[in-house]
Amino acid sequence: MVLSNKGLLLAALLATTAPAFAQARELVFNTDASDPAPKAAFEQLIADFEAEYPDITVKVNIFDHEGYKTAIRNFLTADAPDLANWYAGNRMAPFVAANQFMDVSDVWEENGLNDSLHSAASAMTIDGKQWGVPYTYYQWGIYYNKDVYAKVGVEPADNWEDFLANCQKFKDAGIDCVTTGSKALWPIAGIFDYMSLRTNGYDWHMQLTRGEIPWTDDKVKAVFAEWEKLLPYTSPNHAAIDWQDAVSNIVQGKAANYVMGNFAVAPFLDGGMTEENLGFMPFPTINADIPRAEEAPTDTVHIPAGAKNPEDAKLFLAFLARPDVQTKMNQTLGQLPINAESSVGDDPYLQAGFDLLSTADGGIAQFFDRDASPEMAKVGMEGFQEFMVRPERLDGILERLERTRQRAAR
Amino acid sequence: MTALPDIHPPKARPRRRRSSLTPWLFLAPGLLMFAVYVLIPIFQSVWVSFHDWDGLGPMKWIGLANYSELWWDDAFYTSLKNNVLWLALYLLAVPLGLLIAVFLNQTVKGIRIYKSLFFFPFVISQVVVGLIFSWFYAPGFGLFYVLIEWLSGTGVAILADERYVTYGIIAAGLWPQIAYCMILYLTGLNAVAPDQIEAARLDGAKGWRMLWHVVLPQLRPATFIAVVVTVIGALRSFDLVSIMTSGGPFGSSRVLSYYMYEQALSEYGYRMGYGAAIAVVLFAIMMIFITGFIWKMWRDERGL
Repeated sequence: MVLSNKGLLLAALLATTAPAFAQARELVFNTDASDPAPKAAFEQLIADFEAEYPDITVKVNIFDHEGYKTAIRNFLTADAPDLANWYAGNRMAPFVAANQFMDVSDVWEENGLNDSLHSAASAMTIDGKQWGVPYTYYQWGIYYNKDVYAKVGVEPADNWEDFLANCQKFKDAGIDCVTTGSKALWPIAGIFDYMSLRTNGYDWHMQLTRGEIPWTDDKVKAVFAEWEKLLPYTSPNHAAIDWQDAVSNIVQGKAANYVMGNFAVAPFLDGGMTEENLGFMPFPTINADIPRAEEAPTDTVHIPAGAKNPEDAKLFLAFLARPDVQTKMNQTLGQLPINAESSVGDDPYLQAGFDLLSTADGGIAQFFDRDASPEMAKVGMEGFQEFMVRPERLDGILERLERTRQRAAR
Repeated sequence: MTALPDIHPPKARPRRRRSSLTPWLFLAPGLLMFAVYVLIPIFQSVWVSFHDWDGLGPMKWIGLANYSELWWDDAFYTSLKNNVLWLALYLLAVPLGLLIAVFLNQTVKGIRIYKSLFFFPFVISQVVVGLIFSWFYAPGFGLFYVLIEWLSGTGVAILADERYVTYGIIAAGLWPQIAYCMILYLTGLNAVAPDQIEAARLDGAKGWRMLWHVVLPQLRPATFIAVVVTVIGALRSFDLVSIMTSGGPFGSSRVLSYYMYEQALSEYGYRMGYGAAIAVVLFAIMMIFITGFIWKMWRDERGL
């Protein structure tokens, strides 16, 4: 009796463990979704995926958003997950070149993603193949304090001359026309990108960031000449502060405009602004003959080459690309879905961004540090910061950037 | 142990062999760790510095190209200059630590509290020190900024100005380092022979002369350790630079260790070879000091 009891117990144990072995379909997902909104969005996404594919379990490793950028190089080579977050454009090029990302062109082909994800297709394509699936992007532009505009008595400008004229009025009133925080460098790359896109256009800008145009070119100098006009109206000490500190300059009415991405809306609203006094406008036109291009960085999910379960990972990518999934996810993220059949949340800034991007005839740039090579990005953004503080050193800065470009091209 | 009778006196020869083997056996774990984590990586770094390598793909031999690029690299010279500044100014921690130690070396009620308050900055993490000083310098609300604004009319954002930024960071670094030197000297002062002080006092030595001729010579071991620790601390200054400025504005507060990290390991760093070349240069500079220190210790051991 005792023996048979034990036997039963053993059988019961085996019965419970055996299916677990049979359905050992596990996906390991390394993600940088450490901020509250992305974290919630990914938790929801994974719960939905597991509900749809009950025999697959997804194991998530959440990394700190900044730390992830360096950690990814270690885990891709040492202990590759099945799925990993990253960014589109040139930012994924080192991993593609080193054969660390899997070619997922078949997922694109089978699910018709070339049509539904068309707007981001070029940013996901290297050597004619697709290397991941984009799930969200967000617009850049100018966020401004309507109360400050009303106080000084000016209207938002859509062209460069009027914008600079407004800036003079803000300056006379003791208000910084444009604020930014360049301690982490990247916020000013947004300003450079818009200067470049508006002065010389999308195609030229992409050639420049791809390293096909010398930085000592006269057209580059034209970009900086326009930028120099803005410098007297830009917050001093921007090099000492983070982008969040510059948000409070706008909230407190010490500054009028902020060239930023849509993720800044949350801190603006947290700081006490409302939809009543937080405005959004596109970056003003500098050269009217150039079709308007915009900046919209895309976030992506990839399958590392060392993935242990690539088949299910591809199922996950196909799921992530679906219009209903992207709609739901981006509502939580507060960003724009890539899939053309998805719908956008009714948030006014998202609606504005959607209109802005869907009418950008010039093209959509990723962002300086995603369009340019990593090496060029770092040296470039440092150069922009030095230019903003010491515009008289421009020639030396451009020579330095050119040296970096030539070395990177080798 | 020596009191116990030796029942089996071993023969002379095996004992000598064993006694020559035993120290090595005891050293083996330490030597192994030292080799795996220090010696071998040094040679690996030198090896990597001759290559072009992004840390992912294959390594490409490029000979001395990384070093010749360093030779023409402005950012490298900025870092080198900052390292020299660090070295020179960081050593101020030694005399300042001595000053505070002498000041605190008295028997007043509650002196232990004052001592621990002065020691406090060394106890808190460098990261916290960096954050405190960043806020101290912060434009707009920082105490230092407001003070300068009040005195001169215009505030100076120390960490955004390439002229002052390195000094600002060194000042933050000095704060805990002075405390460290102070504690070294305080323990040293405990060991100063009171009879010599007494004798010097009878001979009429006071103040400076007493300090210079009687007390300081007895503090030589403490001074040696303080200098060694400070020099090495200055050369590996990394955490404060990283926390306070990330090397900015536009790279003007970088030091060699931070530049190495940026090139090899940071967000945009995909140049292991170049980073390794910087590490080798930093290692060479450190070797100058380390050799000096070891040479001095070796001389002292031999009683020269």
